[in-house]
Amino acid sequence: MITGVLSAQDHEGEDVETGGHDLKTEIKEYIDHHLLDSHDFNLFSYTTDEGEHKYIGAPLPVILWDNGLKVFSSSKLKHGDGVAEVDGNYYKLYHNKIYKTDTEGTINYDTQHGKETHTEDAFGENLVVDDAHPTNEKPLDFSITKNVVFIILVGLLMFLVFRSMAKRYQKSNMPKGVGRFLEPLVMFVRDEIAIPNIGEHKHKRYMSYLLTVFFFVWIINLLGLTPLGVNVTNNIAVTFALALITYLITTFTGNKNYWKHIFWMPGVPVPMKIILAPIELLGTFIKPFSLMIRLYANITAGHVVLMSIIGLMFIFKNWIGSPLSFLLAFALSLLELLVAALQAYIFTMLSALYFGMATEEDHH
Amino acid sequence: MTIPNIVGAGLIVIGAGLGIGRIGGQAMDAIARQPEASGKIQTAMLIAAALIEGIGFAALFAA
Repeated sequence: MITGVLSAQDHEGEDVETGGHDLKTEIKEYIDHHLLDSHDFNLFSYTTDEGEHKYIGAPLPVILWDNGLKVFSSSKLKHGDGVAEVDGNYYKLYHNKIYKTDTEGTINYDTQHGKETHTEDAFGENLVVDDAHPTNEKPLDFSITKNVVFIILVGLLMFLVFRSMAKRYQKSNMPKGVGRFLEPLVMFVRDEIAIPNIGEHKHKRYMSYLLTVFFFVWIINLLGLTPLGVNVTNNIAVTFALALITYLITTFTGNKNYWKHIFWMPGVPVPMKIILAPIELLGTFIKPFSLMIRLYANITAGHVVLMSIIGLMFIFKNWIGSPLSFLLAFALSLLELLVAALQAYIFTMLSALYFGMATEEDHH
Repeated sequence: MTIPNIVGAGLIVIGAGLGIGRIGGQAMDAIARQPEASGKIQTAMLIAAALIEGIGFAALFAA
């Protein structure tokens, strides 16, 4: 945002050049950078008077597996400008992915380079998008990026808080401190989500996973709304991992009735059974897949719209447009708060529903 | 943002809006008939709305 303001001040008098550093491109770059994962943890950046970019933040370790473990600090990657040299191998950051290059940092593109697609961007201007995909080798990237740091932090936080709450329950019936806030929430998950869907007898096995997912998703969504720029659920890999765990739990705790309902649905004639079996099998995959897409799309769409409206504030530089955009952004932020909690609830509820379907007793 | 993209996005919003609107309307009818069950009906309505919204978003990404 500060970059946007500074560049706006620079260009007020000049003609706006196409491509390069006019305000719209700058905003787009900022939005992209804010929403994607990054290998360092920078809070904000600014351009000094000499045109240098300075970043305030901390570099995070980069861990690569490239015929051997290579660990180095991401400050060597210089935010995509420089080439990092480690043990005779050279690595370069391109669009937030690490590629192996030579000393100059050349990226070899495949045959699509040079073919460009001309589309119109959101402001109606012509945008030339390069279709190139780099064909450099990519080492396996196990780095501790911004997202990983925050997943670990939230996990640690949840562990500490709930552990202290559990220890308190050994001494007395009433929790103290943060436990007083969390106890109704835990009971909500048990009484409204777990028991109606899974049933009285079996819900205890799944309670730990449901509670973990509920609070994890809620806290992570809330953290994504702060100016820290951590968008964990923005990453489809994270939601994929959560949905995968749900799928694994339903598959491994399904009882005989569950599998019978999928492959050989009782109570229908035989030709229908043969048709239903592949559809039901596909259904077991599609249900967690929809969990993944739902969480990812809701959070990502909300963030993109919010950042675009904030960017709109910098484009309208008069007295009416900017405050209106600000109010719109504020209203949307309130909606985002609701969406954060709602998506956590929906994810947990649907997971509980799938577990319930997996362990249903025969009721014919 | 070509014309087919925009038309597709509009259709998706119409579909999602109609679906959720119908559910909301029927939920309100049900609550009017039986105010004691309003908690359960509200829960069911939110679940259905989230499912429809899920498809809507998935399609919106494709368009």
